[in-house]
Amino acid sequence: MAAKQLIKDHFIELRIFQHRSIVAIVFTIVLFGILAARLFYLQITNHDHFTTLSQNNRVSVQAIPPTRGLIYDRNGIILAENLPSYTLQIIPEQTRDIDNLIEELATLIEIRDVDIKKFKKEVKRKRRFEGVPLRFRLTDEEVAIISVNLHRLPGVEIQAQLTRYYPYGRETSHVVGYVGRINEKELKTLPVTNYSGTNHTGKLGIEKSYEALLHGQVGYQKVETNVRGRVLRVLERSNPTPGDDLYLNLDINLQKVAADAFEGKRGALVAIDPQNGHILAMLSMPDYDANLFVNGIDSKTYKALNTSWERPLYNRTLLGSYPPGSTTKPFFALAGLELNVIAPDHEIFCPGYYQLKGKSHKYRDWKKWGHGKTDITKSIVESCDVFYYDLAFQLGIDRMHEFMSSFGFGQRSGIDILGERSGLMPSREWKKRVHNQVWFPGETVIAGIGQGYVLVTPLQLALATATLANGGKLYQPQLVHSIKRKSDPIPRLVTPQLVREIKVNRPSNWKQVYHAMTEVIHGRRGTARRLNKTGMRYKIAGKTGTAQVFTVAQDASYKEEDLEERLKDHALFMAFAPVDNPKIAIAVVVENGGHGGSVAAPIAGKVIESYLSQFSNEELKAPQTNTEQKQKKPSASKKPSAYKQPVRNKAKPGNQQTHNTAQFLNEPEYQSHKNLTQAHRTKENSHG
Amino acid sequence: MASRSSQQGLFFRIHIDLTLLLALLALIAAGQVILYSAGGENIALMQRQWIRLGVAFAVMLAIAQISPDTMRRWSPVLFIFGTIMLIAVLLVGTKALGARRWLDLGLFRFQPSEMMKLAVPMMIAWFLSAGNIPPSNRRIFAALAILIVPVLLIAKQPDLGTSLLVSSAGLFVIFMSGVSWRLILGFIIAGISFTVPMWLFLMRDYQRQRVLTMLNPESDPLGSGYHIIQSKIAIGSGGSFGKGWLNGTQSHLEFLPERHTDFIFSVFAEEFGFSGVLILLTLYMFIIFRGIYITTQAHGTYARLLGASVVLTFLIYIFVNIGMVSGILPVVGVPLPLVSYGGTSIVTLMAGFGILMAIHTHRKLLAH
Repeated sequence: MAAKQLIKDHFIELRIFQHRSIVAIVFTIVLFGILAARLFYLQITNHDHFTTLSQNNRVSVQAIPPTRGLIYDRNGIILAENLPSYTLQIIPEQTRDIDNLIEELATLIEIRDVDIKKFKKEVKRKRRFEGVPLRFRLTDEEVAIISVNLHRLPGVEIQAQLTRYYPYGRETSHVVGYVGRINEKELKTLPVTNYSGTNHTGKLGIEKSYEALLHGQVGYQKVETNVRGRVLRVLERSNPTPGDDLYLNLDINLQKVAADAFEGKRGALVAIDPQNGHILAMLSMPDYDANLFVNGIDSKTYKALNTSWERPLYNRTLLGSYPPGSTTKPFFALAGLELNVIAPDHEIFCPGYYQLKGKSHKYRDWKKWGHGKTDITKSIVESCDVFYYDLAFQLGIDRMHEFMSSFGFGQRSGIDILGERSGLMPSREWKKRVHNQVWFPGETVIAGIGQGYVLVTPLQLALATATLANGGKLYQPQLVHSIKRKSDPIPRLVTPQLVREIKVNRPSNWKQVYHAMTEVIHGRRGTARRLNKTGMRYKIAGKTGTAQVFTVAQDASYKEEDLEERLKDHALFMAFAPVDNPKIAIAVVVENGGHGGSVAAPIAGKVIESYLSQFSNEELKAPQTNTEQKQKKPSASKKPSAYKQPVRNKAKPGNQQTHNTAQFLNEPEYQSHKNLTQAHRTKENSHG
Repeated sequence: MASRSSQQGLFFRIHIDLTLLLALLALIAAGQVILYSAGGENIALMQRQWIRLGVAFAVMLAIAQISPDTMRRWSPVLFIFGTIMLIAVLLVGTKALGARRWLDLGLFRFQPSEMMKLAVPMMIAWFLSAGNIPPSNRRIFAALAILIVPVLLIAKQPDLGTSLLVSSAGLFVIFMSGVSWRLILGFIIAGISFTVPMWLFLMRDYQRQRVLTMLNPESDPLGSGYHIIQSKIAIGSGGSFGKGWLNGTQSHLEFLPERHTDFIFSVFAEEFGFSGVLILLTLYMFIIFRGIYITTQAHGTYARLLGASVVLTFLIYIFVNIGMVSGILPVVGVPLPLVSYGGTSIVTLMAGFGILMAIHTHRKLLAH
């Protein structure tokens, strides 16, 4: 029974088991079916989708920033270059103990606590295999020390990168400007793609205004990266297009002469070639080292610069608005002659003051006891104020405004760097608009000696002088002479832009003013006669000016030495030379310098002398015939320079260069620059 | 029968099933090929795996020599020893990656939960084979009680993957013993009726969230979902024929996590494509069918129940691993059997095949 039971059990058991085995087989097939279906869905049905995702995972695009264009002066001397600078960085992944390593480095080179703090902050943000900078701008010596010890400093790396460097950082700080790290505001306006690899952008001067040309076009590389972003290999590369090089009209040697001549004084100097509006020198003093700003200036230094009462960061050539004082006298004299208000032999008697009819107010001359009988020449040579009070009264503010505006007073010049101020040449409408008042005759009188509301920038004064010198041709002042693309063999010239030509009624009127201005330097009683030296190869025409900062009460006189330095008069001087063949027009302002003749004129004299020393006697003479002009050309070979085409004696409007420039200005890459200059011009037109 | 015994005479005498052995060798060879790629062409890693394979084969050979009857007699001892070890792990175990799974025995680390993958089905098979087949309801509940103790101990470590495998090993024994479908259905209904109110009333929001994330990792793409998303990209981008051996970008550029262990299937699918996947699945299926064939030929209830459980657990291994890396199952740490890099599981698996070979080759001795 027991055995039977066992056999029966055995039989049932086997049947149950076989039954369940079939279930197990079905179960297996179902599960494998599910897996196969799922994999089919992923690998066949959705293959494209996942292939895209996989590509996006592994390939990333990196930007290669272009090399910034270089800036040269007119003789090919480099003003802005890209120098390799060395950064010490640590790759955390490759180090054993970062703190130890830093301690060891500190025994070799200087590492400040600030550096370590910055470094520690960066380490947290970056990935383990990325280098984190510890020290910037290593000296050659420091690089050498680290290099020798590199074998025992695992994870330490010296990286070379290009940093903008200005060899004449001080002298060119206001003109060339500088580049700096892109800030948040700029990030919004700069083209995103083109700046994807760039850390720096022009902040000021040429560097800012010509940013579009200097920057270049970004390049790309497609790289394969792993999950942590480490680059494994480069799949594809398109090289960046370097930025264009710029050749300036600026003469750095002249700029240095000017800076030396200022000798700790504050003020500005602008020198222009009257034949084409080329800026030869442009200086604002005190200056500062532009290199400080390139990799971020420390806040202490910046604060010191920014809060100094001398305002080194303030570009006086474009922003400084000064009362022009007596430097306006040649222009008003010319206005009187050309508008037939006075005759060439016009003469007044100067008692030392001027009174409007029926008014008791005395407009005082700087010479208390008066100049006596004064004609046009004497009025300029001795700077008689009463002559011009009277002349202004006769001209009236409307004609004064119109005439002076044609010389560019009160208008933006359209120079090719941003940020200039317009100065002010007052008019009735202006006063109505701004002060909501009628114009008073007394205001006309003081405007006649360049005081009152009248304000000029040093650039305007230089430009007006150039316009006076060349017989009425107002050029747009131009800092950039030519633009060289890396792919082009020769630079493309920027054509001088003639803004307007002032109608000359009688050339003898102009000659008379030139003559008077020449007497200012070369006459016995001239206010700038100290510039006259024996054996000079050329004659200078000029005019001194003294602008009041401090208003003197009626019937009171003051002693200069009693005044605080900051309340002293501004000294001004404007000049051009040679008189018969003007090659340089110059304006100098020395803040609180006192008298124009004693302080500003000598600075101008040094610059003129330095600039004209490069010309032969032949070249300094008045042009007679065409053949003579042609002979000027060989002078180019005198100065060896990287830049073969000499700037001077070039670029008269209307010759064949116009074609070249017009062509490049239409090309899209140059549009931004064109827009920039056009914006200036539009503004100017609305003024004129 | 006679012809096969003459063909396999030698192997039969050393208790080896040649068919199973060849299939396993083919699988291991495929595994080595993909491990070389997934491990980043690391020879040292391969060598460590060879040592494990060597040990695993030795264990398989040794176990194949033991008769199922001996196994049956030692089952309770093994089970009790293993359970004590699990308790010991919870008390004095070595902690790694947030889980307490190992006992440090000085010379080597011992993972008792691995042993339980075999000890649990052996114990339940021992228990059920001692009584009538199909077992009475009382015996089934008793079997479940035996099962629940080690499963809970392992889940507490926590080791979800292993406790899943251990419980399925035990449940397969009960299933194969012929438990009635009505009872199975009853358990399923009971399970649901317990889960739903627990979900609705007992669980807190964050607990529900945690369960949901586990069930649908893609809702958390930067956290737990990251692995599964990268794994799907690897599999999907493999296409029909794959990117080629050593050319899988997802794995070689390290987008794929755990690529030489739990996610090695994704590497295989990326480099060999759907066609390679089908071959691999066929190989696995062949091993399972061979295993089922062996159990149907087995003598004795204990051998049949244990053999079937070993084979079906192997199936669960495959299904859970591939289902997990392809995104249809939640991520629980289950390796791809005999392919994934890793020590203990490969030894346990080969021990399981050793049991199957023992069942198969000790048949005739019993018959005589």
